[in-house]
Amino acid sequence: MSVRGFVVLAVVLATAVPAVAIADGRPNAADLESELVCPTCKTTLDQSDSPVAQRMKAFVRARIAAGDSEQQIKDALVDQFGEGVLARPPRGGFGALAWALPLAALGVGAVAVAFLVRAWSRRRVVEAHDEAPLDPRLERLVDEELARFDG
Amino acid sequence: MGYRARLAAQGAAIGLVALLFILLAWSLLHRDGGSLAAAANRGERPTAPDFTLDRIDRDGKLTLSSLRGKVVVVNYWASYCYPCRAEAPFLEDVWRGDRGRDVVVLGVDWQDFRGDARRFMRRYDVSFPVVHDGPGDVGFDYGITGLPETYVIDRQGKVVEAFIGAINTDEDRARLRSAIAKAHTT
Repeated sequence: MSVRGFVVLAVVLATAVPAVAIADGRPNAADLESELVCPTCKTTLDQSDSPVAQRMKAFVRARIAAGDSEQQIKDALVDQFGEGVLARPPRGGFGALAWALPLAALGVGAVAVAFLVRAWSRRRVVEAHDEAPLDPRLERLVDEELARFDG
Repeated sequence: MGYRARLAAQGAAIGLVALLFILLAWSLLHRDGGSLAAAANRGERPTAPDFTLDRIDRDGKLTLSSLRGKVVVVNYWASYCYPCRAEAPFLEDVWRGDRGRDVVVLGVDWQDFRGDARRFMRRYDVSFPVVHDGPGDVGFDYGITGLPETYVIDRQGKVVEAFIGAINTDEDRARLRSAIAKAHTT
């Protein structure tokens, strides 16, 4: 095979592999079951064996086989059972609060910690400055003791 | 940080924990499965929680309070519930026999696919009105602990009697008839 033929084959293979991956890129049932919640037991479908969870799993598999996308399957389940079936709340609307509140809490916590650390370190500096000078007599005694200890 | 400020921070933290604890207790008490049923069966006649849900038997919505003035038999069921199949024919009999006497049997299809519910209704010849409670919130308001459960509501919207489990024995059926009669008298 000539160099040109080899390059052409390489290019064809390089473009074909992603095409095959996309064609086979159907939603994975196991992944979806970990992202959907059983409305009765409030755990993800992969951890639930309740009758409604079993029925939802069958629905997910049937819709995957029918060629539905992940979003279409989720939308269909939300239409039946409400947004509570989504393990991760939607990023828009009221669901955005579920994402924003922990981040806000984290921010407030970081500011509080920074404030406390600053306040504590200031107090130590003040305490260090507030230390009274040693009595000259005691200082001499300490020096004598240290000298004796070193000697 | 001064002693007072530290004391205030500790107080606030304790207050926050206490508030969360109270919220948890409140939530547990209000989701206490069977509390409404237990109160009704003690003869307390608690008010039936009102709801508006999409109908399954036809288009539109149905509000429980719009049936005020009638005796309403609210039956929670789902297509995947085996005991629900056993009691469906009896509830259909009650609906067909008593609808002319201001009795409404109202099915609440709980945490179920609408399509499955419609198939169930065709298979078991259910003709009484049925609404869909997909998320299950209305069922939680009633404190249901399983399926099926049935609540007999009087003309003033008070729960006269509750049935936990299927109404599938002669004794259960007689009790339901008696509860309907009692609901008529109030």
